[in-house]
Amino acid sequence: MSGLDGKRWHDMGGALAGPIPQDDHDFALWEKRVDALMILASGAGHFTVDGLRRALEDMGETAFETMSYYERWVAAINQNLLEQGVYSIAELGEKMEAVQARGDTYGEASNAG
Amino acid sequence: MPDRVRVRTWAPPGHVRTPSYLRGKVGEIERTLGPFGNPEKLAYGLRAEPLALYRVRFRMGDVWGADAERPDDMLEAEIYAHWLEPV
Repeated sequence: MSGLDGKRWHDMGGALAGPIPQDDHDFALWEKRVDALMILASGAGHFTVDGLRRALEDMGETAFETMSYYERWVAAINQNLLEQGVYSIAELGEKMEAVQARGDTYGEASNAG
Repeated sequence: MPDRVRVRTWAPPGHVRTPSYLRGKVGEIERTLGPFGNPEKLAYGLRAEPLALYRVRFRMGDVWGADAERPDDMLEAEIYAHWLEPV
């Protein structure tokens, strides 16, 4: 996680960045919902943006390369909510199973019925 | 806090709010901000004492040495009080 100099993988200031992608893109519905979830969870006092950043850093460089921005965000939000006891692993597993049972598409799974 | 400060060369593992490229560098305090809760405690869901946050101005040549393209340009970074020591 840390080298002997204490510099962790995310501490990139001063490193060569390579070309900067300039293409614009819109966000998918689920990504907007992840963003909203962060605002709601921090507004409710469950954790702060500092906790989000800490969890993102602790996920490591592999996650940075293999997961998208909001995939990493929702994983970091979940980590903080579990740590704060907002829900348990069992409650999360039960809820995910129930949502998956609604259907295979995002639209079907989004309908709470 | 005096006008001229040095960023501590600490290198603890964990959530750290001071970029490594500034550690050990000397700069001048441009203004005082805050106080804000210590983000290095907030990051772990802990109660955080209020800390002064300083905007510190560094000379590019002092930060990057011979690699600085414009050594007399200035870089400003906001650094919490516990990461600074008087020069």
